[in-house]
Amino acid sequence: MGYVCRDCQSTAAPEDGRCTACGSGRILAHPELDGLTIAHLDCDAFYANVEKRDNPALADKPVIVGGRKRGVVLTCCYIARRYGVRSAMPMFKALRRCPDAVVIRPDMEKYRAIGAEVRELMRAVTPQVEPLSVDEAFMDLGGTERLHGGSPARTLARLARRIEADIGITVSIGLSYNKFLAKIASGLDKPRGFSIIGRAEAVPFLAGQPVDLMWGVGAQFKAHLVGDGIATIADLQAIDEATLVARYGTIGSRLYWFARGEDERTVNPGRERKSVSAETTFEDDIADHATLEARLWPLCEKVSARLKDDEIGGDAVTLKLKTARFRLITRAVTLGHPTQLAETIYRAGVHLLAREINGNAYRLIGIGVAGLVEAAHCDPPDLADPGSLRRAAVERTIDAVRARFGDDALVKGRRFAAHRNRRPE
Amino acid sequence: MRLTIERSALLRSLGHVHGVVERRTTIPILSNVLIRADDGRLVLTATDMDLAMQERAAADVTQAGSTTVAAHTFYDIVRKLPDGAQVEVRTGTEQGVLQLRCGRSSLKLSTLPSEDFPVMAEGELPYVFAMPVDVLGRLIDRTRFAISTEETRYYLNGIYLHAAKQSGKDVLRSVATDGHRLARVELPLPPGARGMPGVIVPRKAVQEIRRLLDDAEGEAEIALSDTKIRVSVGDVVLTSKLIDGTFPDYERVIPFANDKPLRVNVASFAQAVDLVSTITSDKTRAVKLKIDKDTLTLSATSPDSGSATEEIEVAYRDGPMEIGFNARYLLDIAQQIVGEDAEFMLSDSSSPTLVRDDADPSAVYVLMPMRVG
Repeated sequence: MGYVCRDCQSTAAPEDGRCTACGSGRILAHPELDGLTIAHLDCDAFYANVEKRDNPALADKPVIVGGRKRGVVLTCCYIARRYGVRSAMPMFKALRRCPDAVVIRPDMEKYRAIGAEVRELMRAVTPQVEPLSVDEAFMDLGGTERLHGGSPARTLARLARRIEADIGITVSIGLSYNKFLAKIASGLDKPRGFSIIGRAEAVPFLAGQPVDLMWGVGAQFKAHLVGDGIATIADLQAIDEATLVARYGTIGSRLYWFARGEDERTVNPGRERKSVSAETTFEDDIADHATLEARLWPLCEKVSARLKDDEIGGDAVTLKLKTARFRLITRAVTLGHPTQLAETIYRAGVHLLAREINGNAYRLIGIGVAGLVEAAHCDPPDLADPGSLRRAAVERTIDAVRARFGDDALVKGRRFAAHRNRRPE
Repeated sequence: MRLTIERSALLRSLGHVHGVVERRTTIPILSNVLIRADDGRLVLTATDMDLAMQERAAADVTQAGSTTVAAHTFYDIVRKLPDGAQVEVRTGTEQGVLQLRCGRSSLKLSTLPSEDFPVMAEGELPYVFAMPVDVLGRLIDRTRFAISTEETRYYLNGIYLHAAKQSGKDVLRSVATDGHRLARVELPLPPGARGMPGVIVPRKAVQEIRRLLDDAEGEAEIALSDTKIRVSVGDVVLTSKLIDGTFPDYERVIPFANDKPLRVNVASFAQAVDLVSTITSDKTRAVKLKIDKDTLTLSATSPDSGSATEEIEVAYRDGPMEIGFNARYLLDIAQQIVGEDAEFMLSDSSSPTLVRDDADPSAVYVLMPMRVG
């Protein structure tokens, strides 16, 4: 049996369930502890906990992060969950269940920055980090034992403590021998959890689980499977691969192997970003051209800020619109050169938007930049636009002022155009 | 309608006009070519509503008339008929059908009524002038490579043709730029072009005009207003709308004040750029030029494929300099230079560079440098 104290990382065998070094009761104990290397790290109620961290007055209140009027719950803290609030739940429903909840508008910029800090700490442990989203990632700690002077479990326990101490949020960790099981494990003991699934218990453990625990099995597919008499993973374990493939196609093969605790996918840190985008859903649908343009501008600034942060830029600009009837429209244009300037992204966006103004009301607008390259190749001086250098200089000056005095220190008048041009409704 | 025409004459005419027809169009009749027969000639017309091309060919017409058929299908059929054969074209045997007969082959094409074929109104074209076809060809060649394809700046998607004054003389200027490079070529202003408005001729019209010039002789006649241009070459008449926009004030960006001349032999320069650029990445195509005394060292590196260097002898007197360019842009310009030598007028590694043709002072090229590591 291997042991690790999650608080002091002592590997001594506990006495009466307590660490002999620090007295903590948070002990990892598992026969395969030293042999497991694939981990899944998931931040607990990430957006909500970030907000609590930044405002201690919220610590003991139910907190929901999401859009106000017709938004949905993006994340809710564990207190709100006790009232039955769940993520993806419409806000009005959530507030009916938990009327005292503090609703906070999401600040994606902040979450992204903190997510990056977490990832930085993960990368300090191993370069084999595969982010899945802003707040979760796979890690492969194989071969790090000598570097960190201990088993992956011990390194991960130290990492979790470090994230708590340095960043001020908690995470849950799942440790196993493949990605499929590591991801399941991280969800077993939330929040502030650490779960281990070893080779010996994988198959019996899975047998008792419902089929929708598996990746690729959503509500619809689950209903289909249940209709076929497959409700638990044990039911799957009783069927051979050929039958599953014949019935469900390629996913049948995945079901077969996953049900047996087998997953050959490796942790792939090379998943590069293909585009940078931002979007917003309106409180009320908008058809007015000037208003749409005014809502587009801050998104361009946001995308531009992120491109500048990451010292990249791109030459493919995509405009995204969703009509009041939920039809998604995307329109793209390729620029003459890659850019990271809000002004240039906005010009392309406005060009694309002009063609979609036809009386339709839209509920969402978004803009993205793809075809990413290094900043050095962006925004070269332009022979056909002698004013471009001056505009670029103006934008960089604005950026510098904002960096010192905050984002609202200096804004373009275009952001207010919506108010000036708004038609009587 | 009934006529007989030699296959090669028909193919030649169709070859010209069918290029105008877009492969995909939402209006069915725009896929068609208008065929009109009268007085011993066949007239073919194709249009995409922005551009129309009409060509006349001699034919043995026994019954006048007109119809329209799918342009690409018609062209493909005529292309496959045996060379030197006589083709009989007729309508009237069957409703909505054009019949083609050639030797033992017989084909039927469905038609659409010629009355539905859109006619492009020319309006009045008050400025009319002519120039030899080879002169027009060179004017186009030396500018069209710089035409932008950028959709958001539609006013750059063509050649800017306008009258200007150069050293007190009236000239006709052709200018194109995509922001990275600019080409400006001029010739003495032809009589008839005096007072003409500055016009932007769209890329597609430029391409079609250039195609016509390849197998033409004599003079091309150009007529224009501020919204349309018409070019007549031999038996072909091309009419196009112009781009409705303002071409940027390009004079300001031509760096006539650059004071560091670099003279290169065009052939060896182009050969060296071509060789070194093989290494560059597709995305940037960056080639570094290092100039010191009379030696130019071209180099390129790519994290994926390696590095390349080549040295050539040049004439250069100023201090050492390093400057980067897109290899393709350098080659595009080198290709248009007729003289043995070209002169680069440099300023510094981040400012535009001027390139001149030794044999033709009327052509001026401007090239934006790019940052290289």
